[in-house]
Amino acid sequence: MHMGSVPRNMQLDISQMRSDFPILSKKINGKPLVYFDNAATTQRPVQVIQAIDRFYRETNSNVHRGVHELSERATEQFEAARENVAKFINAKSPNEIIFVRGTTEAINLVAYSYGKKLRRGNRVLLSLMEHHSNIVPWQFLREKGVELDYVGVNDDGTLKLEDYYGLMTKQTKIVSIAHVSNVLGTINPVEEIAKIAHEKGSLILVDGAQSIPHVSIDVQEMDCDFFAFSGHKMLGPTGIGVLYAKESVLEQMDPFMGGGSIIKEVQLNESKWNDLPYKFEAGTPNIAGAIGLGVAIDYLNVIGMENIRRVGKGLTEYALETLPEVGDIEIYGPKNSEDRVEVFSFNLAKVHAHDVASIVNDYGVAIRSGHHCAQPLMRRLGVPATSRASLYAYNTKEEIDLFIQSLKKAKEVFN
Amino acid sequence: MGMDMYAENILDHYKNPRNFGKLNNPTGTYKDSNPLCGDEVEIQLQLSGDKIDDVAFTGRGCAISQASTSMLTEQIKGKEIGHVKKFTQQDIVSMLGISIGPTRMKCALLGLRTLQKGLWGMSAPSDLTNLQ
Ligand SMILES: Cc1ncc(COP(=O)(O)O)c(C=O)c1O
Repeated sequence: MHMGSVPRNMQLDISQMRSDFPILSKKINGKPLVYFDNAATTQRPVQVIQAIDRFYRETNSNVHRGVHELSERATEQFEAARENVAKFINAKSPNEIIFVRGTTEAINLVAYSYGKKLRRGNRVLLSLMEHHSNIVPWQFLREKGVELDYVGVNDDGTLKLEDYYGLMTKQTKIVSIAHVSNVLGTINPVEEIAKIAHEKGSLILVDGAQSIPHVSIDVQEMDCDFFAFSGHKMLGPTGIGVLYAKESVLEQMDPFMGGGSIIKEVQLNESKWNDLPYKFEAGTPNIAGAIGLGVAIDYLNVIGMENIRRVGKGLTEYALETLPEVGDIEIYGPKNSEDRVEVFSFNLAKVHAHDVASIVNDYGVAIRSGHHCAQPLMRRLGVPATSRASLYAYNTKEEIDLFIQSLKKAKEVFN
Repeated sequence: MGMDMYAENILDHYKNPRNFGKLNNPTGTYKDSNPLCGDEVEIQLQLSGDKIDDVAFTGRGCAISQASTSMLTEQIKGKEIGHVKKFTQQDIVSMLGISIGPTRMKCALLGLRTLQKGLWGMSAPSDLTNLQ
């Protein structure tokens, strides 16, 4: 697909990939780190770390502000990163790429700027598997009389697709849906949902925070109006993320924040907005972050998203096969590696999720426990919390084995 | 942190919580939860004057939050109510007898926080600010 990618069926050398991530060779509690918290944030390869370091040492300067050499070079690199992002998700133009802090800010931007156009009685359609960041910004619109609807979740962790037909009305103006669930790992059929939304005259926002690290993204094929993601969940830095939106849609929207960069002309009482994408980028952006994200994308391209997905499926199959060995374990989400990524939420009978995470930590295993910012989904599952092991392509079957041993210890402690 | 957190006394209180249940005629009922993990406790007090005649709690959550609340009820039963107000984070740590990191500290403090907030509107145990 991309230049320089590893040929489709070439075996990915995982140990070589791992050696690019300095933190993966750290010891935790005297044990080798088993980092299974990638859905919270992935680690960064040395290429990304060095790019940020190099920027601050060699080209640091503000962008779009000066004509001096450094500012020109910083601007070039910043805009090259934007082009890189555009290519990575197959956007039509870099003008459709808005740099933000992360997925949360991207969704807030849309809820505010597109939300301004909504009227009393309009509706926004979400789902029960959304992260709070794809719920709360929409709740702000309830103040002006906008109503929220929720598509349900089946027992197997998939979306109740039929709900879209029942819940879409003429009043539905935005459908917003996670591409991949951060709790269940489910991959949702966003192309199909986009079709349904458009047939009914609604726009669709796809929350790509958990999909972009695992599967290759083509926003034109998906035909989404908005696609939001975070750099830090795809080997890039924290504090940088992207809102993709169709140019035609962005043209209809007012800015989210006021400030420098977003204006062409400022009078005392009003201003004229700048061209895209700058209209939505008020203030000095996270320049080093954007450059780091560009390098993370280069890294993913070299490895190849097809390879990443293939390794991920292998890890999913192995985990789903071996985790039941622990006994008294409930694993949530689809059972088929086609329909999910390698993110596993589970509960051990008799052991609270928090206690599981604390005990496996003794074995160097980093997992998360809690509600994962998805309380409506926890309620749907009927549990206060889950433990979550979220893997990435640089994880190994041996690490899954270690993890399973540590889970057995947790069971012993509480038996 | 980790395994040594699950000392015998902690597991004992978790599996056999003391003063677990509801009182018939409570003077006050105080409820709170830890938003981080959804741990919940509800503590009831029966006071005569300033003395805690009886105490009971219900709840659900991790071993640390539930064991800590169980131990706390044992510590305050029969004491003056002012005793609860003076309780500090350090007292909870000594009571549990284990070392605890900043995240799990919130679990450990849930019971105390519930009472101090419910009774006096205290925002956090008095030396929570020492938490690095
Ligand atoms: C599905 C999903 N959406 C949104 C977010 C929010 O991302 P961020 O915290 O980077 O803004 C997350 C992060 O956990 C997520 O998993």
